[in-house]
Amino acid sequence: MLNQYPSWKYILLLVVLVFGSIYALPNIYGSDPAIQISATRNSTVNSSVESKALEALKKSNIELRSSVLDDTGLLLRFADVEQQLQAADEIRAAIGENYTVALNLAPATPGWLRSMNAQPMYLGLDLRGGLHFLMEVDTDLVLRQAMESNANDIRGELRKKKIRYLAIRDAKEQVTAKFRSAELRDKAMLVVRSELNDLQLDDYEEAGAFYFSAVLKKTALLTLKKSALQQNVTTLRNRVNELGVAEPVIQQQGDNRIVIQLPGIQDSARAKRILSATATLEFRLVDINVSPQDAVEGRVPPTARLYRDREGQPVVLKKRLIITGDRITNASSGFDSESNSPMVSVTLDGAGARIMAQTTKKNLKKPMAVVFIEHKESSKIVNGKRERVSRKVEEVINVATIQGVFSKRFQITGLDDGNEARNLALLLRAGALAAPIRIIEERTIGPSLGADNIAQGLNSVIIGMACVLVFMLFWYRGFGMVANIALLLNLVLIVAVLSTLQATLTLPGIAGIVLTVGMAVDANVLIFERIREEISVGNTPQASIHAGYDKALSTIMDANITTLIAAVVLYIFGTGPIKGFAITLSIGIMTSMFTAIMGTRAIVNLSVGGKKIEKLSI
Amino acid sequence: MRIFKHTPTFDFMAKRKMALLFSALLIIGSISSLAIKGLNFGLDFTGGTLIEVGYQHSADLNKIRNRLTSAGFGDAVVQNFGSSKDVLVRLAPREHTSSQSLGDKILSALKEDDSDVEMRRQEFVGPQVGDELRDDGGLAMIIALAFILVYVMARFEYRFALGSIAALIHDVIITMGIFSFFQFDFDLTVLAAVLAVIGYSLNDTIVVFDRIRENFRLMRKQAPINIINASLNQTLSRTMMTSITTLIVVLAMFFLGGELIHGFSIALIIGILVGTYSSIYVASSMVITLNITAESMMPVKKEGEDQADHYKEGEYIDER
Repeated sequence: MLNQYPSWKYILLLVVLVFGSIYALPNIYGSDPAIQISATRNSTVNSSVESKALEALKKSNIELRSSVLDDTGLLLRFADVEQQLQAADEIRAAIGENYTVALNLAPATPGWLRSMNAQPMYLGLDLRGGLHFLMEVDTDLVLRQAMESNANDIRGELRKKKIRYLAIRDAKEQVTAKFRSAELRDKAMLVVRSELNDLQLDDYEEAGAFYFSAVLKKTALLTLKKSALQQNVTTLRNRVNELGVAEPVIQQQGDNRIVIQLPGIQDSARAKRILSATATLEFRLVDINVSPQDAVEGRVPPTARLYRDREGQPVVLKKRLIITGDRITNASSGFDSESNSPMVSVTLDGAGARIMAQTTKKNLKKPMAVVFIEHKESSKIVNGKRERVSRKVEEVINVATIQGVFSKRFQITGLDDGNEARNLALLLRAGALAAPIRIIEERTIGPSLGADNIAQGLNSVIIGMACVLVFMLFWYRGFGMVANIALLLNLVLIVAVLSTLQATLTLPGIAGIVLTVGMAVDANVLIFERIREEISVGNTPQASIHAGYDKALSTIMDANITTLIAAVVLYIFGTGPIKGFAITLSIGIMTSMFTAIMGTRAIVNLSVGGKKIEKLSI
Repeated sequence: MRIFKHTPTFDFMAKRKMALLFSALLIIGSISSLAIKGLNFGLDFTGGTLIEVGYQHSADLNKIRNRLTSAGFGDAVVQNFGSSKDVLVRLAPREHTSSQSLGDKILSALKEDDSDVEMRRQEFVGPQVGDELRDDGGLAMIIALAFILVYVMARFEYRFALGSIAALIHDVIITMGIFSFFQFDFDLTVLAAVLAVIGYSLNDTIVVFDRIRENFRLMRKQAPINIINASLNQTLSRTMMTSITTLIVVLAMFFLGGELIHGFSIALIIGILVGTYSSIYVASSMVITLNITAESMMPVKKEGEDQADHYKEGEYIDER
């Protein structure tokens, strides 16, 4: 019999229809203003935090919609934004510093849908408002620092083996060592080769002196840059947490870039200040054999360096670095229980703890300093051209005597007052960036514009779609109705797929949906025009339907696959909003092929297939 | 409802010399405009700072300009954006200041005149990002074209592939030429639209080519020019229908979608019109110019015969 589908095809369509509807459904519920409370490093959000928060709300008469406590923290929903803002202030005051209180828009998806993992589409920043940053990491500086420490290591090794050298210098990317004889140099190279595996050595002679140069091996260089970038991503993530953002995105992009998206944040100045503070910390021993006065007059041994503290007083520190701030996992301020003086207690990670234990064992009762390093940007004119310079500002923020052997946890005391302790703890805790970063792209979308974009996007989808529906009905009558049902199903499927994939919906993404609505009817137009042609050459209605679908198929496939190619290329090469457009376009092409071919055929087969029909409503 | 009561019999190919001249003029015009005026690249490509603010009442642009000049932003471009209450301020990239904070400075300058001014959008793009985006965009276009060329070559024949690529390049150049001539803002979304135009125009061309291929197998005795004419006529009502429905939604987007996707919808409107025209005149006449013959369709003869047999009229009468 002509124009009949086997029942499995109807069942497949029905299943797709049901699943599509379920997973598209969360989008019609909208979202509630909410507060997300999450734990920072050393705390957990538990029921006692919940009861504290609820009590605070009750005291200030704020009506709570719901409160859910799970692994990610505590989520409180409110009726309106005003109450949400007021509640955030109250809760912050009530539960203290150890928790992040972030404003959030929580999807109001009913529980039974959530239990099926159905979520609404993820809206891009242009639709929900927020901040977008693209940051570039200065990996050159990391390289320079690595070479500096390599130069120190070479000095150390040679001294240990008692090989005399004339000079060891570190330039930007390489270390050069100068020797009196070729013999000494070769001996030194042997030592360095066996001890420092990451270095690539080359020997040469110049003006009667014997040298070798050391550069980082390619693989070591790559690892160095990669770990610097990762370290920065981690640090930035910590800093974003301090900002209190509900669903931040912090991603590596390419070799040396990091994307940060902060939905809902409006205060870009504050965000930038916190994110791009390129501070690092270093722990160094004080060189007690050198008097600061000598150092100021220029008598600094090669193993030491002159620093200044915040009052500008000279301090001489050893060049050998103990640890940097990225080894610190936590720092908090408080008061020492015995002396009742302000202190900062610091926790280190495993590697940091090991190094610290070794150092303190050897240097009991000797002073240790914390150096705060900031990279400030300025520009100067070089050969008539403006150049950006990253200037390093180093400051000794604290000198304290090592009172005992310690590793993972220790306290810094001898601070002036509680305020200083708090500031030091904050600096230590916020972590350090392995390399300075620079903001190279920044976009802020205000909340009103985001809302406007959604409204306008939705409007154009609805109106555009309505016009197409009317037009199709007018033009193809009964078959137009069939195409319209398929078109609506297509829209449901696009939304369902976008929601399930949690792909980001942007304004250009909505444009992609609108465009697919226009183009999705193309397949049906092709089929219907074919059917009309078949009828006009005198074929029976049933034969015309069959031939129409059959002949149009390869055309539809060719046309859609080529468009899909363009969409995929767009996705691969595009960034941000363009990707959003490419995603919706690709999804739309695929779902439209399904609905426009199989969907309409099923309806046609069900209604007229196999029946004796004189005339088609086309 | 139908556009044509019977399959029309326009002699498209008779006017192909005229169309060729028309296309040539458009392309020359576009290229010279692109060469002389260039594209008015948006912030995405040039780098710089942009801030969109909303006022409670109609904004006085001159007052804003004066305020910005006295604040040291004499080079700022100030214009309305969408409505008289919305204002867009654009600044070229500056190398000596940390340009990230320019937007904040502008906003605080504007707030001195009217404290109700609301920040709607603020963008900063570093110059190197702009250059990269422009290069990547161009690269994306070339790669898309290359992939399409390969696909069409595999599915059809090299003449068709060349014909479709000629039509695509024609559409892209003219769309960009019109953007250059009217100095519309060419930003990332417009680039996406141009790529969508490639997809759309191709869609149209492939449908026509599919018919031409089919007709070469069915009407073997006919001259190629007649076959192409017949194919164009047979697909004409579909071409019109699809263009109309797509135009409807794009117009909806143009009028209702808001200022941010204005450029996007303009590019699509131009692209759809030019793409429809080019699939008829550029792609098909290219195939003729390249001297397509029935013999050149022979390698696929076997498949063609199968299909012709399969669709022989009356085959289904017995079955019913």
